[in-house]
Amino acid sequence: MSPSVAELLLQRLEREPPGPGGGLCSLEAAAALGLDHQTLVGAVKSLQALGEVIEAEARAATRWELSEEGAEVLRAGSPEVRLFRSLPPEGLPHSDAMKLPGAQVGFSKAMANKWLRLDKAAPGGPRVFRAVEAVQDAVQDGLRRVQEGDAAALPERERNELKRRKLLLEVTLKSYWIRKGRAFSTAVARQETDLTPEMIATGSWRQLPFKPYNFSALGLPPSCGHLHPLLKVRSQLRQIFLEMGFTEMPTDNFVESSFWNFDALFQPQQHPARDQHDTFFLQDPAEAPELPASYMAKVKKVHSQGGYGSQGYKYEWKVEEARKNLLRTHTTSASARALYHLACQEKFTPVKYFSIDRVFRNESLDATHLAEFHQVEGVVADRGLTLGHLMGTLREFFTKLGITKLRFKPAYNPYTEPSMEVFSYHEGLKKWVEVGNSGVFRPELLLPMGLPENVSVIAWGLSLERPTMIKYGINNIRELVGHRVNLQMVYDSPLCRLDT
Amino acid sequence: MPTVSVRRELLFQALGRSYTDEEFDELCFEFGLELDDVTSEKDIISKEKGEGKAEGASDTVLYKIDVPANRYDLLCLEGLVRGLQVFKERINLPRYEKIIPAKGEGQKLIITEETAKVRPHAVAAVLRNITFTKERYDSFIDLQEKLHQNICRRRALVAIGTHDLDTIAGPFTFTAKAPSEIKFKPLNQSQEYTAPQMMDLYRTDSHLRHYLHLIENKPLYPVIYDSNGVVLSMPPIINGDHSKINLNTRNVFVECTGTDMTKAKIVLDTIVTMFSEYCEKPFTVEAVEVILPNGKTHIYPELAYRKEKVKPEHINKKLGISETPSSLAKLLTRMCLKSHVIGNGNNIEIEIPPTRADIIHACDIVEDAAIAYGYNNIQMTIPKTYTIANQLPLNKLTELLRLDLAAAGFTEALTFALCSQEDIADKLGTDISSTKAVHIANPKTAEFQVARTTLLPGLLKTIAANRKMPLPLKLFEISDIVVKDPSKDVGARNYRHLCAVYYNKSPGFEIIHGLLDRVMQLLEVPPSEENGYVIKATEGSAFFPGRCAEIFAKGQSVGKLGEIGTCF
Repeated sequence: MSPSVAELLLQRLEREPPGPGGGLCSLEAAAALGLDHQTLVGAVKSLQALGEVIEAEARAATRWELSEEGAEVLRAGSPEVRLFRSLPPEGLPHSDAMKLPGAQVGFSKAMANKWLRLDKAAPGGPRVFRAVEAVQDAVQDGLRRVQEGDAAALPERERNELKRRKLLLEVTLKSYWIRKGRAFSTAVARQETDLTPEMIATGSWRQLPFKPYNFSALGLPPSCGHLHPLLKVRSQLRQIFLEMGFTEMPTDNFVESSFWNFDALFQPQQHPARDQHDTFFLQDPAEAPELPASYMAKVKKVHSQGGYGSQGYKYEWKVEEARKNLLRTHTTSASARALYHLACQEKFTPVKYFSIDRVFRNESLDATHLAEFHQVEGVVADRGLTLGHLMGTLREFFTKLGITKLRFKPAYNPYTEPSMEVFSYHEGLKKWVEVGNSGVFRPELLLPMGLPENVSVIAWGLSLERPTMIKYGINNIRELVGHRVNLQMVYDSPLCRLDT
Repeated sequence: MPTVSVRRELLFQALGRSYTDEEFDELCFEFGLELDDVTSEKDIISKEKGEGKAEGASDTVLYKIDVPANRYDLLCLEGLVRGLQVFKERINLPRYEKIIPAKGEGQKLIITEETAKVRPHAVAAVLRNITFTKERYDSFIDLQEKLHQNICRRRALVAIGTHDLDTIAGPFTFTAKAPSEIKFKPLNQSQEYTAPQMMDLYRTDSHLRHYLHLIENKPLYPVIYDSNGVVLSMPPIINGDHSKINLNTRNVFVECTGTDMTKAKIVLDTIVTMFSEYCEKPFTVEAVEVILPNGKTHIYPELAYRKEKVKPEHINKKLGISETPSSLAKLLTRMCLKSHVIGNGNNIEIEIPPTRADIIHACDIVEDAAIAYGYNNIQMTIPKTYTIANQLPLNKLTELLRLDLAAAGFTEALTFALCSQEDIADKLGTDISSTKAVHIANPKTAEFQVARTTLLPGLLKTIAANRKMPLPLKLFEISDIVVKDPSKDVGARNYRHLCAVYYNKSPGFEIIHGLLDRVMQLLEVPPSEENGYVIKATEGSAFFPGRCAEIFAKGQSVGKLGEIGTCF
């Protein structure tokens, strides 16, 4: 077996005296051993890993080299000189002169050197003449000196000019100065990296030295798929609702009529949310073909004239407005459908409902707002529910989300009364931040559906994105949702454990 | 939510005490307001235009307070102070009084029938012997602007005009005329313009241009004249310069015109209840007789007080508290709803003042009792509602499948449901008309033209945005697409789709095919022509020729797989 590069290097190094005086340059050693420099550097690295067999000190040296174009100039002369020499004494028309060798690059340079003269008034068009008798090719001379290894003698200004013209290249060479180490030996035992079945079978592992593992390095990442962080939070929220006995509502219709999205929720037809500025209306299908006629008549009446103990909004309610299709602005439209369905049952049964799905707003977009987001909604319908029940339910729900310090602020929603914004104390921000909205559905919403008078419905909602952004420390929503997602963030996101 | 900006110093002066910012924030929270920002004119200008521009601006501290959208009575300093002082029991709610002048002495506003087609309603009132100061005047103008932006729906439903009554002479006429016949000197202009000239003049006005569309294409424009032919206003665009009010104005004629009578009455009531405070006889308003085209006469402002009865146990039951009837009446009185116990304590009679147009049902009264009681003083309880939870089968399957797709080495993407027509048609080599896509009428950008009909473009865009990531990229998404469907009540429906892509330097058809096999295995669909699934060669516009197959399950086409063409 021929000696390895490391062994060759050690043999070469043995001849050097120990101490600061003795040593080898890796470049010279590679040349002497007839090896590629990189191969030798590899051997240096592997010897370094063995401990103090050798010492190696990294060095960097810069060297000037001719570029391909520089080599051409050295051979044939600089473009400006070549142009000068090929221009006949009687001169040439400018257009012909530009066809001479070197003219494309050299013309402006030769003009700047005042070697040439351009007579713009010459008969037959501008004409180029020599302006001096003879010229010296300083560029070629400079390159020759570099080629001869005398780059250091060239004035820095000249060298930089040649570099600027891309005729010279500055090359940095990395090398090592290699000396004997404290434990120098030419007989380096090869350390085993892996235990093999043969070693175990023959028992040779007892005698063999093993290369130590680097325990401070990271392991090899497993190849795996990943779930999206927002949807991990969605799964946990579904889990929380299921733990609390809530049944999932169907929400698989992004397209909704204004009727279910607004009118059924007692949101008047002139409400700002029904503005083009806030809501995506549809061009096709522009109108909902089917609305529940007898229920709609009751909704119309409660808006325009009141009833069920209400004054109503006293305006002219129009079915054309109710028919207008849109992309639902909240999942509360789905809750309205679910409650209507419940009201159509022969006998009322108490229910707890939830949903988590997409909603759409025609809003201006920024770091925390997109045109679509996910809404989380919980609804409880039962006889005799109180505001205290709503607060108690919210406390249980948010505790499961890891949010324990809650307080409630009076608020206004068109479809709930009383209404409460839910605030939680944020330890990081040291202030109260809004975490959700809630309320008791208005009788003007429930009674036209046909729900019994003593049934109260409490409900709350929050966005899925906001707790996710807080949980995963994401500042820009575009990195989380949509195609501009940061996949590395998806790969690296930890488990979603909300209550720890 | 409207934001009202008030000078802290004036606010505290009117409240008769000062607060720290934290204390005031706390008070707002309790009352259902939100102290949104503590700032100054100087701060605002330097934030918006740069520090240099703010030099010399006032550094008086301003409170920006968010007010619930239905509380028009809190949209100015006067209303906020009145609400908070009554809440804190420092004053009693004033009683607003309508003074009807002796016969023949009051002001009249005559509505002609021409207004019917453009702006049919008008109401009016007079604030007599009012004293303005700079602050009061600014607040008066601000309140009108706040009302215009909120309940008036940017002047579409109601527009307000206020005039110096001493510069004009009634009776006034609210009529509608051809634009070219209307000519007057508009507010703060130095010359007369015809209505069409005014429309041109204001087309570039940053404020007024937003209102031009309300009447621009109507054959007749609404206009109010006095008995000498002086133009008071051309609602909802601009008042006349002649009758403009100033700090020395003593008598103010307020008119509200609009398309919604209920809201016009609320707006008029709000303005006069807020600012009659500064009249010689505070909280009195002089009535105006409005004569309709049919000859009928109405007296405005309405300033109607309504009585409601709510049972104390109803309030207690709705809130989960147990207060005595008299204590509930006291709570409601603190919310500007003057209440007392009647019928041996079985009932509470509540008087709804003209400032509380938001009270339309007993539930609104219940909420006010809760606010005065303090939401955070209510005992939290868990409802006894017993229910068994159920998952939606579609979502249950989705959740299970997501986990196994990730276990198969694919990473979950979450892409937008809205996209451009190009994304679902041109870029996939199909025509938009063949997609059955739902089209959005008012998208602000091309990104929101349609709802997606396929998940593929979103995944391809996700790859495009993540080209710096090491290869291969393996992505999937299980989510809804939307198509038109006339059989549904809204004319469209969602379908739940599964889409997966493999992106690498080599195609890897077998990898995506393998994922399909795995999904079918998970769903217990065996590879079989009759009872299971097969794939058959086909062509697809998005796919490379000869590298596309259609998936059939139990004889039905359920999807496609293939290598994506190079046309994107």
